[in-house]
Amino acid sequence: MQFMLLFSRQGKLRLQKWYVPLSDTQKKKISREVIQTVLARKPKMCSFLEWRDLKIVYKRYASLYFCCAVEDQDNELITLEIIHRYVELLDKYFGSVCELDIIFNFEKAYYILDEFILGGEPQETSKKNVLKAIEQADMLQEALSYHPRSQIP
Amino acid sequence: MALKIVKGSIDRMFDKNLQDLVRGIRNHKEDEAKYISTCIDEIKQELKQDNIAVKANAVCKLTYLQMLGYDVSWAAFNIVEVMSSSKFTYKVSCSQLQLQSVDAVLITTIINSVSLPLVTQDLSSPNQYDTGVALTGLSCFVTPDLARDLASDIMTLMSHTKPYIRKKAVLIMYKVFLKYPESLRPAFPRLKEKLEDPDPGVQSAAVNVICELARRNPKNYLSLAPLFFKLMTSSTNNWVLIKIIKLFGALTPLEPRLGKKLIEPLTNLIHRALDLLYGMVSKKNLMEIVKKLMLHVDKAEGTTYRDELLTKIIDICSQSNYQYITNFEWYISILVELTRLEGTRHGHLIASQMLDVAIRVKAIRVFAVAQMATLLDNGHLLTGNMQRNGICEVLYAAAWICGEFSEHLEDPMQTLEAMLRPKVATLPGHIQAVYVQNAAKLFATVLRKQEGTTDSLAAQETSQLLIDRLPLFVQSANLEVQERASCILQLVKYIQKLQQKEVEVAEEVTALFAGELNPVAPKAQKKVPVPDGLDLDAWINEPPSESESEDEKPKAIFTKEEPKHTRPRHTEVDEKELARRREARKQEQANNPFYIKTSPSSQKVYQDQPGVEHIPVVQIDLSVPLKVPGMPMSDQYLKLEEERRQKERSERKKKEKKKKREKHGRGRRADSGPESEEDITPAHHVDIVTEEMPENALPSDDDDKDPNDPHKALDIDLDKYVYDVQGNLQDGSQVVVSVIFENKTDHFLKSMEFNVLDSLNSKLQRPEGSSPHDGLAVPFQLPPGVSNEARFVFSVQSIVMPQKLKGTLTFIVKTEDASTHEKLDFKLHFTCTSYLITTPCYSDAYAKLLESGELKSSSLKLEGVIMPFHHLLARICFHHHFSVVERIDSCASMYSRSIQGHHVCLLVKTSNQTVSIDAKCDEPSLLGNVLDEIKHTFSQC
Repeated sequence: MQFMLLFSRQGKLRLQKWYVPLSDTQKKKISREVIQTVLARKPKMCSFLEWRDLKIVYKRYASLYFCCAVEDQDNELITLEIIHRYVELLDKYFGSVCELDIIFNFEKAYYILDEFILGGEPQETSKKNVLKAIEQADMLQEALSYHPRSQIP
Repeated sequence: MALKIVKGSIDRMFDKNLQDLVRGIRNHKEDEAKYISTCIDEIKQELKQDNIAVKANAVCKLTYLQMLGYDVSWAAFNIVEVMSSSKFTYKVSCSQLQLQSVDAVLITTIINSVSLPLVTQDLSSPNQYDTGVALTGLSCFVTPDLARDLASDIMTLMSHTKPYIRKKAVLIMYKVFLKYPESLRPAFPRLKEKLEDPDPGVQSAAVNVICELARRNPKNYLSLAPLFFKLMTSSTNNWVLIKIIKLFGALTPLEPRLGKKLIEPLTNLIHRALDLLYGMVSKKNLMEIVKKLMLHVDKAEGTTYRDELLTKIIDICSQSNYQYITNFEWYISILVELTRLEGTRHGHLIASQMLDVAIRVKAIRVFAVAQMATLLDNGHLLTGNMQRNGICEVLYAAAWICGEFSEHLEDPMQTLEAMLRPKVATLPGHIQAVYVQNAAKLFATVLRKQEGTTDSLAAQETSQLLIDRLPLFVQSANLEVQERASCILQLVKYIQKLQQKEVEVAEEVTALFAGELNPVAPKAQKKVPVPDGLDLDAWINEPPSESESEDEKPKAIFTKEEPKHTRPRHTEVDEKELARRREARKQEQANNPFYIKTSPSSQKVYQDQPGVEHIPVVQIDLSVPLKVPGMPMSDQYLKLEEERRQKERSERKKKEKKKKREKHGRGRRADSGPESEEDITPAHHVDIVTEEMPENALPSDDDDKDPNDPHKALDIDLDKYVYDVQGNLQDGSQVVVSVIFENKTDHFLKSMEFNVLDSLNSKLQRPEGSSPHDGLAVPFQLPPGVSNEARFVFSVQSIVMPQKLKGTLTFIVKTEDASTHEKLDFKLHFTCTSYLITTPCYSDAYAKLLESGELKSSSLKLEGVIMPFHHLLARICFHHHFSVVERIDSCASMYSRSIQGHHVCLLVKTSNQTVSIDAKCDEPSLLGNVLDEIKHTFSQC
């Protein structure tokens, strides 16, 4: 997988993860282009499209688009499955996830993604294991007293 | 100083944390850029503070801003600084910052000088989550330098005690390999080890990495194929399976043997997918799905897979009484398209679907008849495959449909013509029989049309056509065909006489075939409830005498009757009587030229298959006895007898019920089909006639098991087969051996491999690239009681000598809890006869051949032959592939040709139980061997 983007129906980027080295301007250009292309598509159209030399796989959940770019030899269906698995993980973690959860806890969303995908390849296919890792990391954070405001020396 | 600290903390009371920033940005939609620039200024201030918590908060905010697309590379140094803190949260935020970018120069310098020790320190941290975060962060900014420096550290982590770390390390290694390929060689053994890691997460990570690597350079990973094969058959993780299959996709072009190995597991997967399809269809998507499947059928390479697709297509379409079919014209076209498949074994299945649809869907008949007429017209295209259940079976259906519903035919004359072509005589017997019978139906239709017009000559011409063509069928070796053909021939001759007297006959001829046949459900008979007080087993009259004739038995006209020897019907027969009758029957059979005398077991196999009676059957030399130890023959007879009685009882039942049924009236049509599904209306009005069931049918459904299964009695512990060697006309150096394998065990047989020890002269043709000792996989599996045919091609150099080849069949017997490997030795006997091909020869050409004087002669005398002369000739024709050129009294000339073009001529004479055969052939040793074989045939009777 080359990159993953989450964006709203209005085209606002909510989360981006790049697995290939690109400059910021390149990233900006690519995300703008991909978002425009995907948003212009009608609901009944196919979830896969060819874009440059890559394949874009996207799916809309409520107001949020999840969008992945994979190489042309990769399987689109398993990519779709990866997206869905990620949504399931978010849903399990946040409890019926909504766009705002991701906006305000974007670092958590990132962390979940990192536990699930590493360097563009799925690292753990078991939902239970991913959630267990996240829970434990959360506990670790709490133990170390999380909020900077409460830390008046 | 103290003041400064207090001031700092008070300031920080007003600091924005991340949530505030996010909220703020959302509240400043109009002037977002301006708001953010103030925020960035604030962050810059925060980063200047000494308090690490403040810095961390600032970095958190930076990560968000970076995501929104703002440049934060100016803060790289601070970020790395925060990252070096020991607090977990801070590191998490930092790792999100995707520093890998064009600022590589800056970043790598910083990282190399500052963070490298920090990251490595993290890598060996006792807390697995610290290490985990470090690895995750690293995955986003691996540079060649970092990769080089960290490769060995990460490699060590691949053997970490915690699977959580192991799997991350494995995945990161992929990134490291990409940036620093030299690391691959030392790391590979360990990576390979991870394929068998006890933790499934690590395992799937390793599979992922290796699959990605292999995609770039597959041939280096061939050695891992067995390991992956094991994983594929054992893993239940679909994610992993998909990757492995992709990997095999890359490997198979390099190693053809792999493909063979993969067939079974892959077909299992495909079956799963096909089964899913079965449940997925609806009225809306059926056509689309079938279209896709048809594409696959076209592309499929193996016949087994293609046949599998074919059955699935038919299953899907015909499920729940054709519930999902809205357009039957489409379905008929699909069936017709399927007939174009080469080498399919499901001709029978397609045929029965054609019949079923044409009979039950009245609206489709016009279309179906037109399609079937085309099929008949192109019948020669389908006759290439004469295999049992081959595609020529559809001609059976086509002929019947065209005959039965001939009123819908546009040009019945043309179809009639097509059905009487001489080529038809090469079709299997049961199909010819249907052709003949339906030609008569068509004849009736044609007559009616022609008599309607004033052209009475046309009608007479039609009769003449039949009179010209039918004698071909009268000569058929198949009794059924012969019988029907001669009946109809006489009928037509009579009709012609009437026509010549200008009598209108069409009306009466049509009456022969009047009335419509309604479909009857297969279980209908059994569902008729037995009325109270009726004892079906009691005799109605006195038991009939022994000599009771068999003519009462109902004759199935359109289906092949299960062949069995007719036996008297009463139940008490003592052993002696049985023996006497058996003897008599044998006598009768011996004198019957149509009865193929073979050993009882091989005959059994052929009884079930129509159309192959003309193939000479030789019993194989089995080194293992085929009988069940400890079970005397009479017991088997007893069992057969019991079954026979049971069958007859049910037949008696049938007769009684028939009367009853007639009262209820026939043609009762049940409601058409299942309730149609709301939204979709069928393309045209479809009236699915359901099969007839008796009124108040019993609901019991336990009649799926067939108690009459003939194989049950022969519970023989081996699978057994019969073979036939045939020369290939096209290629003088090829011989095709068709072997019928029949599984007589109660177990599933699979992975059958057929191997023959080649001789110098005869070699089994194996696929390119395999060694001369490799076996050939038999392309099917055998469930209990099933038989199937496989063909093997041998190349032979010289055909003048007979030859025996030794071979082995290995197979796996799958029982419920175990499977064992078994082996069966056999010998294939290539007689010289099997190189001969029946070739007709005209007497003048024959005379020329003899005159040419190039033939060597030889002769043979047979003493004590008691059979009539024509039986003797039939036997030579049959067993040794000769044809009679001319016969005068007790003298006949015969001819045959070898696959390499040798002419073999015989002159057979008989007088006083002595038969003398003078033979001539251009190859003396071939002739000698053929004569020996003829002698052998007659010494056996």
